[in-house]
Amino acid sequence: MDNNTIIQTDHLVKRFPIGGGHFTALEDIDLRIGKGEFTGLVGPSGSGKTTMLNIIGSLDDPSEGDAQVLGTSIKNIGARRASTLRKKHIGFIFQTYNLMPVYTVFENVEFPLLLLKMSDSERKKAVMDALEWVGLTSKVKSKPKQLSGGESQRVAIARAMVKKPELVLADEPTANLDAENSHNILRTMEKLNEELNTTFLFATHDDKVIRYLKRIIYLEDGKVVGDEQVKK
Amino acid sequence: MLSIKLAIKNLLGAGLRTFLNVFILSVAFVVIIMQNGFIQGWNKQAKVDVVEWQYGEGQYWHENYDPYDPFSFQDAHTAIPERLNTARQEGTVAPILVTQATVYPEGRLKSIVLKGIDPRQKTISIPTDKLVREGEDVPAILGSRMAMNIKANVGDYLLVRWRDANGMFDAKELKITGLFRTDVPAVDLGQVWIALEELQQMTGLDNEATLIVIKDQSHAEMDLAGWEFQDLDELLYDMNQMIKSKSVGNAIMYLILLALALLAIFDTQVLSIFRRQKEIGTFIAMGMTRRQVIGVFTVEGTMHAVLSLIVGAIWGIPLLLQLKKTGLPMPEGYDQFGLPMGDSIIPAYSLGLVLVAVVIVTVTTAIVSYLPARKITKMNPNDAIRGKIQ
Repeated sequence: MDNNTIIQTDHLVKRFPIGGGHFTALEDIDLRIGKGEFTGLVGPSGSGKTTMLNIIGSLDDPSEGDAQVLGTSIKNIGARRASTLRKKHIGFIFQTYNLMPVYTVFENVEFPLLLLKMSDSERKKAVMDALEWVGLTSKVKSKPKQLSGGESQRVAIARAMVKKPELVLADEPTANLDAENSHNILRTMEKLNEELNTTFLFATHDDKVIRYLKRIIYLEDGKVVGDEQVKK
Repeated sequence: MLSIKLAIKNLLGAGLRTFLNVFILSVAFVVIIMQNGFIQGWNKQAKVDVVEWQYGEGQYWHENYDPYDPFSFQDAHTAIPERLNTARQEGTVAPILVTQATVYPEGRLKSIVLKGIDPRQKTISIPTDKLVREGEDVPAILGSRMAMNIKANVGDYLLVRWRDANGMFDAKELKITGLFRTDVPAVDLGQVWIALEELQQMTGLDNEATLIVIKDQSHAEMDLAGWEFQDLDELLYDMNQMIKSKSVGNAIMYLILLALALLAIFDTQVLSIFRRQKEIGTFIAMGMTRRQVIGVFTVEGTMHAVLSLIVGAIWGIPLLLQLKKTGLPMPEGYDQFGLPMGDSIIPAYSLGLVLVAVVIVTVTTAIVSYLPARKITKMNPNDAIRGKIQ
């Protein structure tokens, strides 16, 4: 794995047991994703894009082959090392935002930093910076139920970005948003990708997202059926 | 620290459900302290009273004496040891002669225990100075319960019939010269007290007694022929057993109350883990280990106990202090059961009692919080993130 490669999969296979047999979600995937890429795994439902994202995020492990993420092998990684990898280097953005309902916007964004044991002042500054990136400094005391869908997803982006991870994994981030909010969100992520050189990997089948991607990896029935660089 | 911070936020976020759980648990907490306080208070009060009024610091019993078998009284008497003469003069030992008798209040018949005690004694609190004879009449004193039962008052005459040492019946009128109020029914109910010498003369048992009460330990454990020493442990054995059984009964009651509160917390925890799957999945995605997540939920559940201590203190301390001031009034007739008990029981609280209650409530709450939290280890984080029912 060269210095610029952040994700590398080699003959990656993922099978799920179903009844007496199994279902193959990913079949022999070989991929390289470099630092600072803005890439999407695109395909219909059941094509394996979320499974791929989960393995890269060390939330699941491969059945065969391996995935190297930031130089760490996901195969047999172990729960403790996996949680350290996620805690320090990976940010997640979910389709349903997954904000903690009882926390304020500030506390939601602050949460990943609490796990990193930063000082109060450093944490506060980092949270305010992250909220500024997504344009939500006026909502620090709001609770998630007081936010619109677009605002909630921007909080989720701030939460994913606050620790300045090398990699952000976004699973259908605009699926619950209207067109205007989707574009706002994507422009925010695009800006962060350019300014902080953070690698973004999306799982999506939304055309609005696809238009922003710089590289598109097409998946179908667990196989890579296409891989194109988009010229802007 | 993180777990506690998260737990507080989640508990406050849960609002009314948290309040109800905490309140029920605080009731259990206060009731445990209150119930045990009353048991300890009664224990203390009863023991002090029986020592003051009945047992002294121990008793010598005639070897045939059985306080629970009135038939034993006939043969349970012997000469008072001469070694105790000085102490008798000083009033620091009180020989008592016991015999069965019958009184006839208002023409009715009632079996009693007639007891003779030295009027000069200073060993127990019975006001025996009223037994000093000042004329022809034989003075007698009664406890207030006995007086009420036979409708007797100071100045009344009471016909008493007894059998002497030879088995001959005789009868005499006693003049009631005093009534005393005590919380110890054993020296009151069914008892008539007269001067020791009077009873010795009436029964023909000169210088004899059935038992000897001692005031201090210097007269304990002496080797007196025909007498057996009963220390306070032996004398209080029945009472200790009774208090122990009462404690068990109370424990069952507060355990039921505690179980209800814990069931509510268990239920809340199960519901919470089921409802907050997305949150659990998100915690894990952000880098928390499963053990940390279990810790958060266990601490969250256990915080119910901490909050209940605070809530319990807010409403419980004034209540417990008020009860300590006023005591718990006992219903009329309770004293007829033969238990040493005042008109009201004053609870006795101790630091140990409070600490035990705190430990019981906190540990059991932590256990019922941990049990459902273990379910998290079986969760698939990918499904949890999506909030899929597992």
